[in-house]
Amino acid sequence: MKLESKAPSGPIAQKWEKHKFDMKLVNPANKRKYKAIVVGSGLAGGSAAASLAELGYNVDCFCFQDSARRAHSISAQGGINAAKNYQNDGDSVYRLFYDTIKGGDFRSREANTYRLAEVSVNIIDQCVAQGVPFAREYGGLLANRSFGGAQVSRTFYARGQTGQQLLLGAYSALSRQIGLGKVKMYPRTEMLDLVLVDGHAKGIVVRNLVTGKVTSHAADAVILATGGYGNVFYLSTNAMACNVTAAYRAYKRGALFANPCYTQIHPTCIPVSGDYQSKLTLMSESLRNDGRIWVPKAKGDKRKAADIPENERDYYLERKYPSFGNLAPRDISSRSAKEVCDEGRGVGETGYGVYLDFADAIGRLGEDVIRERYGNLFDMYERITGENPYKTPMRIYPASHYTMGGLWVDYNLESNIPGLFVIGEANFSDHGANRLGASALMQGLADGYFVLPYTIGDYFARVGAKNIQPDRSEFKEVEKEVEERTNKLLSINGTRSVDSFHKELGKLMWEYCGMARNKQGLEKALQEIPALRERFWNDVKVLGEGSEMNLSLENAGRVADFLEFGEIMCIDALDREESCGAHFREEYQTDEGEALRNDKKYSYVAAWEHRGVGKKPELHKEELEFEFEKPATRSYK
Amino acid sequence: MNLTLKVWRQKNAQDKGRLETYEANNISEHMSFLEMLDVVNEQLVGEGVDPIHFDHDCREGICGACSLVINGTPHGHQKATTTCQLHMRHFKDGDTIYIEPFRAKAFPVIKDLVVDRSAFDRIMQAGGFVSVNTGGVPDANAIPIPKEAADKAMDAAACIGCGACVAACKNASAMLFVGAKVSQFASLPQGQVEREKRARAMVAQMDAEGFGNCTNFFECEAVCPKEIKVSVIAKMIREFFRAASTKS
Repeated sequence: MKLESKAPSGPIAQKWEKHKFDMKLVNPANKRKYKAIVVGSGLAGGSAAASLAELGYNVDCFCFQDSARRAHSISAQGGINAAKNYQNDGDSVYRLFYDTIKGGDFRSREANTYRLAEVSVNIIDQCVAQGVPFAREYGGLLANRSFGGAQVSRTFYARGQTGQQLLLGAYSALSRQIGLGKVKMYPRTEMLDLVLVDGHAKGIVVRNLVTGKVTSHAADAVILATGGYGNVFYLSTNAMACNVTAAYRAYKRGALFANPCYTQIHPTCIPVSGDYQSKLTLMSESLRNDGRIWVPKAKGDKRKAADIPENERDYYLERKYPSFGNLAPRDISSRSAKEVCDEGRGVGETGYGVYLDFADAIGRLGEDVIRERYGNLFDMYERITGENPYKTPMRIYPASHYTMGGLWVDYNLESNIPGLFVIGEANFSDHGANRLGASALMQGLADGYFVLPYTIGDYFARVGAKNIQPDRSEFKEVEKEVEERTNKLLSINGTRSVDSFHKELGKLMWEYCGMARNKQGLEKALQEIPALRERFWNDVKVLGEGSEMNLSLENAGRVADFLEFGEIMCIDALDREESCGAHFREEYQTDEGEALRNDKKYSYVAAWEHRGVGKKPELHKEELEFEFEKPATRSYK
Repeated sequence: MNLTLKVWRQKNAQDKGRLETYEANNISEHMSFLEMLDVVNEQLVGEGVDPIHFDHDCREGICGACSLVINGTPHGHQKATTTCQLHMRHFKDGDTIYIEPFRAKAFPVIKDLVVDRSAFDRIMQAGGFVSVNTGGVPDANAIPIPKEAADKAMDAAACIGCGACVAACKNASAMLFVGAKVSQFASLPQGQVEREKRARAMVAQMDAEGFGNCTNFFECEAVCPKEIKVSVIAKMIREFFRAASTKS
């Protein structure tokens, strides 16, 4: 299979403009003859569904939450980048493009990344017009803050709830189209499979989570906006129900999965407190502006933080990276925390935590200034841990946060299956091996508002309206498979809960395919995952029936897919014999312990094709070309 | 700590429902309330009992999925806190805890503690938006907005749509929820064009869904995890009267 990026030729700043002109159009009167299915109602799915309906297409939108407004985009705190240059500090579309491609360690597609930066400015205009209450200056104009990986202030924000406000903006646009009858919304409905007709994606099979009824839905194209797979680690900052199922089902139907090993581990999260832990909570990266990170110098030092004298503390980031100090990038900070904890110098009951200490900043600026800057985060920390961070240092530890990998798409955001489009975190295209802060919201909305509505029109115009109905045999066959799978899960009646398997998989993935990976560990994981999967299918206990609301059954289906998907992640991590961005292979590092990229051999997108469960998927490579920004080595010393 | 739970179990919408008693033993003070329920559910599955169904997702207090009436109070007794952010250190060994669903005519129970809050979505579909299509909008800084107005809009926009306000109100009024959205748009220039139409449409849908009226007990404000103020209700009523005095 030859992977064609379909990125247009010509100067980078004119590619998208040229492409928009070259694409075919569907005339306004004909748009109503086409129907699109959108799976997911987050920033990408919600904005796409609304925009397509505004254009005149018919849209069916599905989400497993009880309301479209609850998609996980809502949890994003910090902000959204846009190259507006409102601060007059030298920002430009090109600079945002450059920061993003460099931040991704030169493993993303240039043309896609440039387009992302280009449409970023339209997103802010759109959101403001919708009534999104961004932070403002006293003069009435928009405020900006700075964020990691950039030397300009280009981040727009709405207090610590930027994701919520942007999502509610998209949800309001979507609600309007639902009210107008152009979008049919299906909440509490989960996609369980993809249906192909003559090689094109023409529908999905879903389960109604209230009645348990399995039904088919047909359309002229299917858009997956189903988010990332960070919950493969069980513990992550993702919402509890985030899963890989929709993307993985598409993979099993022939869509390629690209760079699954690129998973971002965020350095500042509240550490695990016990086995019952269900999720990890992020503490905004901005805290590292004023907090100092340290652990005791001595192993197993169990004294209280206040009792450890200054000369017995190791401010390891300041020691190792004097010029960046506590503001070293996410991947470096995360790996350093793991290192000191593995040495036995971690803090807290479990020993997997490091201090983030505000004593110096409070001494220098006073408690009031710190409260004004971070008050809501300090409150949240206290609510969760019961400790007062004004008096004792916070304890933090890295956690799974975002996944850069996803289904392979071309420049049109279309997968290798014609008619199957993938947007937002669910695709792989814009962030390379590492994502910069405040770029996830930008990508979700760029794809949904400003890219997909154009590119899908070209597909429609080329293939024509097919008016496919869900009573065709293709749908009935897939429905039958879905039912059989559900019945299988319910019939095992073993001894272990679904969660216990998920936790076990999560521990394996975290240990062998987490912040640092090596050949031996990955090979071990590749032996253990299939064995765990077998135990799952023999011993899982799912109570209740398929014909009712059944949370264990829903969860069982998702965990079953994670148990297959985890293997693909490890295979990809094993294949990539280099360190780049968030993918750190211990064998490939410099003498100083920094990531060692191998551009000669690995400057490609690894796109995997399903060959059967338990069989090695086939690797297809999309070679990356860097026409405008040549790959360089990052240094933070 | 060891606790006794009295949990509302209801197989489906047709079932009458009842309180069942469960023991929750060896509960750590560091657990969240929902993690405590996870532990009980693991135990129930082991015993072959259908686990307790409840809505939840982000578990960081922002998605608005979690609900529960805990000892008579929506989201429990801790101020400005969703159920998922309530931790067990606020309970004592030997406590008996009553756990019930959000109750309102417009929020029918689906199963156990899970209720149908789609009435909120339908109110939003009636008018909770500014009618702008994607593209063709002015530059973001072409609409200057005084900081005070933007802050006020943000205070109202912080609503997570959980429905605790309805569950706390003896009239099952949704006016805090509707008022929050009406206030957000009424304080912004973008919301002016459809100001009257929005107030009329959202209030009409609110009534059609079967929510009651406000009788000024302010229980909604007391339980709101995002501390939305009842002044948004006054604002909504004012907007509604203003709309009523203009032509529809």
